[in-house]
Amino acid sequence: MTFQEIILNLQNYWAEKNCIIAQPYDIEVGAGTMSPFTFLKALGPEPWQIAYVEPSRRPADARYGENPNRVYQHHQYQVIIKPSPDDIQDLYLGSLEALGIDPVKHDIRFVEDNWEAPTLGAWGLGWEVWLDGMEITQFTYFQQIGGFDCELESAELTYGLERIAMYIQEKDNVFDIEWVGNITYGDIFKKAEVEHSFYSFEEADISLLFNLFNQYKKEAERIIAKSLVIPAYDYVLKCSHMFNVLDSRGAISVTERTGFIAEVRNLAKLVAQSYLKQREDMGFPLLKKIEKTK
Amino acid sequence: MKKDLIFEIGTEEIPARFMNKSLERLKLIAESLFKDNRIRYGEINVYGTPRRLTLYVKDVMDKQEDLEIIKKGPSKKAAYDSDGNPTKALLGFLKGNKFEKDNLSVKDEYLYGKRLEKGNDTIEVLKEILPKVITAINFPKSMKWGNKSFKFVRPVRWLLPIYGDKLVEFDKDGIPCSKITKGHRTLSKEDIIIDNTSEYFDKLREGFVIVDQNERREMIRNQINRIAVEKGGVITTDEELLEEILYLVEYPTAFCGSFDEEFLELPKEVVITPMKEHQRYFPIEDDKGELLNYFIAVRNGDENYINIVKEGNEKVLRARLSDARFFFDEDKKTGLESCVEKLKNVVFQETLGTMYDKTSNIKDISSYLSEELRLSDIDKKYLDRAAYLSKADLVTNMVKEFDELQGIMGKEYALIQGEDPLVAKAIGEYYMPRFAGDKVPSSTVGSLLSISDKIDTIAGCFSIGIQPTGSQDPYALRRQALGIINIILEKSINLSFRGLAKKSLEPFIKKNILAKEESKVLDQIEEFFKVRLKNALLEQGYDYDILDAVLNKGIDDIYDAYLRIKELSKWRKKEEFLNIVGSFIRVSNLAKECKNPVINYSLFDSEEEKTLVHIYEKTKEEFLKAIGEKDYNNALKAIEVLKEPIDNFFDNIMVMVEDINIRNNRLAILKQISEMMNIFADLSIIVVNK
Repeated sequence: MTFQEIILNLQNYWAEKNCIIAQPYDIEVGAGTMSPFTFLKALGPEPWQIAYVEPSRRPADARYGENPNRVYQHHQYQVIIKPSPDDIQDLYLGSLEALGIDPVKHDIRFVEDNWEAPTLGAWGLGWEVWLDGMEITQFTYFQQIGGFDCELESAELTYGLERIAMYIQEKDNVFDIEWVGNITYGDIFKKAEVEHSFYSFEEADISLLFNLFNQYKKEAERIIAKSLVIPAYDYVLKCSHMFNVLDSRGAISVTERTGFIAEVRNLAKLVAQSYLKQREDMGFPLLKKIEKTK
Repeated sequence: MKKDLIFEIGTEEIPARFMNKSLERLKLIAESLFKDNRIRYGEINVYGTPRRLTLYVKDVMDKQEDLEIIKKGPSKKAAYDSDGNPTKALLGFLKGNKFEKDNLSVKDEYLYGKRLEKGNDTIEVLKEILPKVITAINFPKSMKWGNKSFKFVRPVRWLLPIYGDKLVEFDKDGIPCSKITKGHRTLSKEDIIIDNTSEYFDKLREGFVIVDQNERREMIRNQINRIAVEKGGVITTDEELLEEILYLVEYPTAFCGSFDEEFLELPKEVVITPMKEHQRYFPIEDDKGELLNYFIAVRNGDENYINIVKEGNEKVLRARLSDARFFFDEDKKTGLESCVEKLKNVVFQETLGTMYDKTSNIKDISSYLSEELRLSDIDKKYLDRAAYLSKADLVTNMVKEFDELQGIMGKEYALIQGEDPLVAKAIGEYYMPRFAGDKVPSSTVGSLLSISDKIDTIAGCFSIGIQPTGSQDPYALRRQALGIINIILEKSINLSFRGLAKKSLEPFIKKNILAKEESKVLDQIEEFFKVRLKNALLEQGYDYDILDAVLNKGIDDIYDAYLRIKELSKWRKKEEFLNIVGSFIRVSNLAKECKNPVINYSLFDSEEEKTLVHIYEKTKEEFLKAIGEKDYNNALKAIEVLKEPIDNFFDNIMVMVEDINIRNNRLAILKQISEMMNIFADLSIIVVNK
């Protein structure tokens, strides 16, 4: 099964389960959770079910394309179902079968792993799912987002696509993954990995990035005051990415670090608060709609 | 009629580390609910797997016990009007308590109502109490899901409450409550129907679930030992890992995987840690304690397709060990020296500073200890070097990946870069004792480094007001204080504790971050250690009064206090000694009245006085000599001779006589004797009649 078939199979599987199939968000994120499709939609009483691929950037994990397992950008497959259905674990196991992984032939475990994202003021309880000893999915029941208790709890499934592909295709190196035909993961991403590594660790213009962080932050604050929730959130994501690059560049001292995280978290909280207010003013329009598609 | 009750709470996978406590709690809850509701039963057992908590109560009576209700009512006067008819007060009392008029009785002018409440059918009572069982189990971390009204450790997906052959029907937030349970997640697709409690264990076994954790434990133990023997090795007993795996599987099948022998060139800990901590594999050693290139894992399932599972696990371990080797090689290239610089970027605690700051504190305290304890020049040098490198491994790749390897990697890297083996050893062992009951460092240098690191943490935290409260002790200060105490006691270290604490506070005073004045912080630290020392010695079986007798004097030298406690405990077993203590108690009680403890020899007017003072002065010389030599056995031996003269003194002489000069002189004699005794311990608080 090629990398793109893995994605297609997951898309088809979750589409059949009535998920909205969305596209990756167009702003740099560190994880699928940061897409507004998860971060914002997990808030409030409205139901929601969506699945999408999210290319996720983690500058600190960059390894100049030399490490077989770690990369600057990897791909997550993200599923959010709100409220979490009673058979969510079975639905998940079904998705593995869609990837040709027959649970009977393997050892599948749900091993405690609780998730927390300090920059988002978010946490949840759940597991990492093990396939014959390898972690392939993060499974979380959200409890708090942006500092707010989740009124209606979502289940979040985050598949590590590279890991799954390496397992299915029996590859020891991420760059050897077959994307499609004779095109490998390395053909598509290796050069970008090398360049991003140089950029994140050696070339990023520190003063420019600090400056951008502050500008983005100001803009987020300015427009959140005008209740432009989504544009404000976009700037929060940009702040977060600037922080990540500066951090991997070694430009953020220990004492500053907690300060930066707190600043991003505070922005995220403001956005969460405005979003909840906005949805309430709109009369929570999805309350009825999503039920219909079920 | 008696029948068994089974109540299975079906869940999604419960974290293994919570299981033992949760099962204990489940049992206690059931015991108290059955007792409160007057339901008699034979025995309560609790069972657990990752997906179920099961309460199994044997021989449950099918009816509650009857209950006789007696209640005091209105006074006779208030109960009847002048015509002898019941008043409103009486009628209200009857109605409110469902009493019949005929069952009233009178005692001390008051009316009492009585009735017998017939026991209800047990099954009806169970409908009320079983839902309460669910919410009464509390977990360290619990969650909400699917809009339910209560929290649980993970989502509850089904309930199976069966009494004999009957379903105990109730509704709990719409969770399915029926005779249906589920077997193994992947091996048993169909629902399992339990018609009668007697079928429970067998039907689940057919569904690939071994409900009884004790049975699973034995299965795992037998399987892994059999494999180890086949491979010509042994498994180093690791009960903790076994307990965890026990609650990760419903149907255990152990298998043996292998890895490339070349990984055995890595330090043993580097291979074992990813195996155990990350993958939950058991390592195998040969009879010489050398690691073999095998691992034993336990699958949640049966033998089918076990080769696929084995190959998958081998692949994961290969990747992990390759990572470990990569980290190890990288770290070797870097060396510890340049790691020390990087500690400037690692926070120890926000206010207290970085790990680099901590390193320099540890160095300062170490060199203070070197001087105080008069270490040889070479040991001084080793300690200083070990202190300088002590935290360096925190920024190595290896420790960043496996934080439990702190210290251990420091030692390995120190040896590789050619540090003296004693320096490396100290780095490797100074985190000890790592847990309650762990050994203390074996070397002197390691012990002193350990004390320096721990007292720095304690002094720092106390400086800024971080102290353990109740169950909150985020920096494990209690464990660290106890660690210091254990080292001092085991290594026989004589040391001024206040001096050490004062030295440790210096950097924080310099930084001007003390939350209170220095003397108050010092007092708090001393008190903190005193409580730890007392608890530790109580646990070892020493008596309260003896601990108080020595420790209430203040403990500046912990080891010395310990020696006195030990000696006093030995002596308290002797009858004669207790008699002397009895005499001393009389002495010290009266001595409190003394204002000026100067003895005037010219005021003696009895033989008893003269003899007592004479013997006292001779004894004191011997006593002080022995105390000075810390020979507490001889010190206590020396005072034995005082018993007779003291008793003669009390038997034949009045202390509180009219003549104020003679009285004060006699009080002065007693005061001096009691002060002498106090140099050793406050004997007056020892319980004589035990």
